[in-house]
Amino acid sequence: MSESLATVAYIGAAILFILSLGGLSNPETSRRGNFYGIVGMTIAVLATVLGPRVTAAGVPWIIGALAVGGGIGLYAARKVQMTQMPELVALMHSLVGLAACLVGFASYVDTSIQFEGAEKAIHEVEIYIGILIGAVTFSGSIIAFGKLSGKIGGKPLLLPGRHWLNLLALLVVIWFGYLFLQAHDPAAGMTPLIVMTVIALLFGIHMVMAIGGADMPVVVSMLNSYSGWAAAATGFMLANDLLIVTGALVGSSGAILSYIMCRAMNRNFISVIAGGFGTGGGAAPAAAGGAQPAGEVVAVSAAETADMLRSAKNVIIIPGYGMAVAQAQHTVYEITKMLREKGVNVRFGIHPVAGRMPGHMNVLLAEAKVPYDIVLEMDEINDDFSDTDVSIVIGANDIVNPAAEDDPTSPIAGMPVLQVWKSKTSIVMKRSMASGYAGVDNPLFFKENNRMLFGDAKKMLDEVLGALKA
Amino acid sequence: MSLTIGVPREIFAGEKRVATVPEVVEKLIKLGFKVVVESGAGEAANFNDEAYRGAGATVVPADGEVWSAADMIFKVRAPAASEVALLKPGTTVISFVWPAQNPELMQQLADRKLTVLAMDSVPRISRAQKMDALSSMANIAGYRAVIEAAHHFGRFFTGQITAAGKVPPAKVFVIGAGVAGLAALGAAVGLGAIVRANDTRPEVADQVKSMGAEFVPVDYQEEGTGVGGYAKVMSEGFQKAQRETFAKQAKDVDIIITTALIPGKPAPKLITEDMLRTMRPGSVIVDLAAEQGGNCEWTVPGQVVVREGVTVIGYTDLPSRLAKQASTLYATNLLRLTEELCKTKDGRIDVNFEDEVIRGATVVKEGAVTWPPPPPKLSAAPPQAKPAAATPVVSPAATKKSSHGHGPSSEPASAKSLAITFGVGALLFWLIGAYAPASFLAHFTVFVLACFIGYMVVWNVTPSLHTPLMSVTNAISSIIAVGALIQVMPPVDSATSDRPDQLILALAVVAITLTAINMFGGFAVTRRMLAMFRK
Repeated sequence: MSESLATVAYIGAAILFILSLGGLSNPETSRRGNFYGIVGMTIAVLATVLGPRVTAAGVPWIIGALAVGGGIGLYAARKVQMTQMPELVALMHSLVGLAACLVGFASYVDTSIQFEGAEKAIHEVEIYIGILIGAVTFSGSIIAFGKLSGKIGGKPLLLPGRHWLNLLALLVVIWFGYLFLQAHDPAAGMTPLIVMTVIALLFGIHMVMAIGGADMPVVVSMLNSYSGWAAAATGFMLANDLLIVTGALVGSSGAILSYIMCRAMNRNFISVIAGGFGTGGGAAPAAAGGAQPAGEVVAVSAAETADMLRSAKNVIIIPGYGMAVAQAQHTVYEITKMLREKGVNVRFGIHPVAGRMPGHMNVLLAEAKVPYDIVLEMDEINDDFSDTDVSIVIGANDIVNPAAEDDPTSPIAGMPVLQVWKSKTSIVMKRSMASGYAGVDNPLFFKENNRMLFGDAKKMLDEVLGALKA
Repeated sequence: MSLTIGVPREIFAGEKRVATVPEVVEKLIKLGFKVVVESGAGEAANFNDEAYRGAGATVVPADGEVWSAADMIFKVRAPAASEVALLKPGTTVISFVWPAQNPELMQQLADRKLTVLAMDSVPRISRAQKMDALSSMANIAGYRAVIEAAHHFGRFFTGQITAAGKVPPAKVFVIGAGVAGLAALGAAVGLGAIVRANDTRPEVADQVKSMGAEFVPVDYQEEGTGVGGYAKVMSEGFQKAQRETFAKQAKDVDIIITTALIPGKPAPKLITEDMLRTMRPGSVIVDLAAEQGGNCEWTVPGQVVVREGVTVIGYTDLPSRLAKQASTLYATNLLRLTEELCKTKDGRIDVNFEDEVIRGATVVKEGAVTWPPPPPKLSAAPPQAKPAAATPVVSPAATKKSSHGHGPSSEPASAKSLAITFGVGALLFWLIGAYAPASFLAHFTVFVLACFIGYMVVWNVTPSLHTPLMSVTNAISSIIAVGALIQVMPPVDSATSDRPDQLILALAVVAITLTAINMFGGFAVTRRMLAMFRK
């Protein structure tokens, strides 16, 4: 295959990737979108392997590597639980980051490609930046994976003077970048490159360690974005337009997701990355100084909940991370199915940051076979709460906190929330009265039309289902 | 010492309602109050003395004892002059008052050093909905209006095809789609009539449609929403267009229900004599505004008149005609207001003027007239504030279809921040243009354009698919494999080059393996997820 043919194939692959993302605008077309992605990837790999830059001697290596990696990937994809999606995605981001590092190093030691003057400098800057982004993505994603899977505690780790540490790291990275550009042969350039890689790895760890559990959706989408930029940087390094285009697509996609998540929490991106939400210095005194909700908490039993559901006409279910943890989505669907058969209008209200990654709840509900047309976004459903008889909040807290609207001193003031308190009755399923990730008390629990159903979400929902069947 | 709530029998002629019902008595006692009910107070609404006693109230004989025993009086109608004379100074009275229409009564109440909360003055804000007795009474009036109309109308409401011939459905036109109007729409639609409605506030069109009725707009541009969600007086040009619309409807429909009120003013005369003459004999008009003078020129408040074959019903006591229902709802409204007054639940009240709802409802406080209250802080419907924003009322049918993407933030950025962004952008581009070589620029062009394409495409992704989006972009980012592939064994003459082949091969093979995990795993898991999304 000639160089031109390979280039044309790359253009085709790039178009297919764009179509792939475009297909996700609707669940109907999304399956085809994924298919386009697969076709695009196949074309890109085949065009490269058959292209002029790969000799026949390399093909066995490539096939071997693809077979091993592909086998692992397919196995993981089959085995993963839907509740573990955030972990899997984080882990996969780390692989992209690591691959970007490796390609960067390989490219640097490759002496068969020679540049002169400004081109050489630019090429080296590209390598440097590519490895930098790759390393940050790699270590950050590993930590995110650890946090999401519970191997590392969800509490933010806040080193003293962490902003200064980060600034220092940045300066050191720039200084070594300068040294790196001054180096004349790979052996001399290797030291600054490795030092920088280590610093980047540490920076990635430090950055994600400082971020609290509730901000994980932002972090996961941010790392998604980084993995894209890493691919784009690699594209510049290798002068490969396909990599640049794809990297830019993925990078902007992740950036938009981060933006949506930040907006859904009414926080700006910088403050999320700076870390320490809820337990940090600024938020804790504000929570203490804010109005302490007072009043009576009314607990109900599963049987009473079932009674309320049976006599309701409109029900909205608001799932949160607690539902994912308890693996309660299948029971939720059973209850939904039963109520719908009785003619109750059951719908779901999804807050953009419910769960640990964008769209997490939608995937869980889809897994439990909940039809997607009754799963609505916050903006679509918020006006309907006033006509709702019962809203059930399953393992969510901050996203239904009325203090976000009423109490300007609350740390989550201004965050858009699902207005469950407007429904005739709201039932909150929770293990205990503990506050949510943001560490903010929830006045909803003390509202007179609110009831609490204490206990493990799965166990309680099973009881509600049993009572409904009885 | 906890306070005693007295509930006297209503003495207004024809008033059948009562200010509290046994069910609510229990709840008032739970709040710490004592309740005294005048014997026979609930009789006309089918609540006997026994039921009140069973709920824990003391029933006293009908000789005025209730007035002397009580610290608070719950009533439906405003106290009559004879009743005002019975009130102890310092008593708190809660009832309908209509302060604007009854200045002498207000003076009398103030002279007796009373505290008076008017149920008709409760501000119409969302928090106070549970105390909004006007709405709960209007709801009943709207329902009853249709029932009264059906009673006087000589035909079925619903269209039928029977062995004895075809019956056309009745056509009902409702003017004013407030609470009463909407209740009337619902009742008339429920009976099977063809129902149309008109209102000066265009935003209620969706509510009208959601009740299953048709909205008849007036062909004239003017915003009709006044302060606090009420309608306001319209301009001359609008009124002319409105009359034309109504005249056309009058010729066509069988039943007209008018509910148009403007706060503190006589009801507008909307159905003129000329229109009435064009109506078919047997037609019925129910004028819910009869008490404020009526929307129809033939209305006689409190009576049914038949002129030229058209029946005009001007009852002013429609809620009272559904006494049991009206009493129950009114009693609940009073209970809610009492809860607001008695936050401590110890049977004492605090007329707290910091509370917007209590401030609005209190028309006399300890002998001082406190009406009218300062204007409400927030309007229930702020349409002028954001004319471009989408309508806040979304019917259930419409919500289902709009599940498409977020769309970028609708407010345009301020000119200043735009200018800064463009300035920084221009500077960056100039730097790149000045120093970067041509080969870099070609790639840079591709990069910038691809970022924009990504931006446009991703905004269209529906939020429910954000997780699949992440896993598919993750799979796609394994395109980095291409970079590793070309490093495995490029066509380099190894004899002349000092390229560290083995090292690069090892690095590249590891990179390919890693990206292959991603590539296959990412697409497979996305496929698995997307297969689960179904209707």
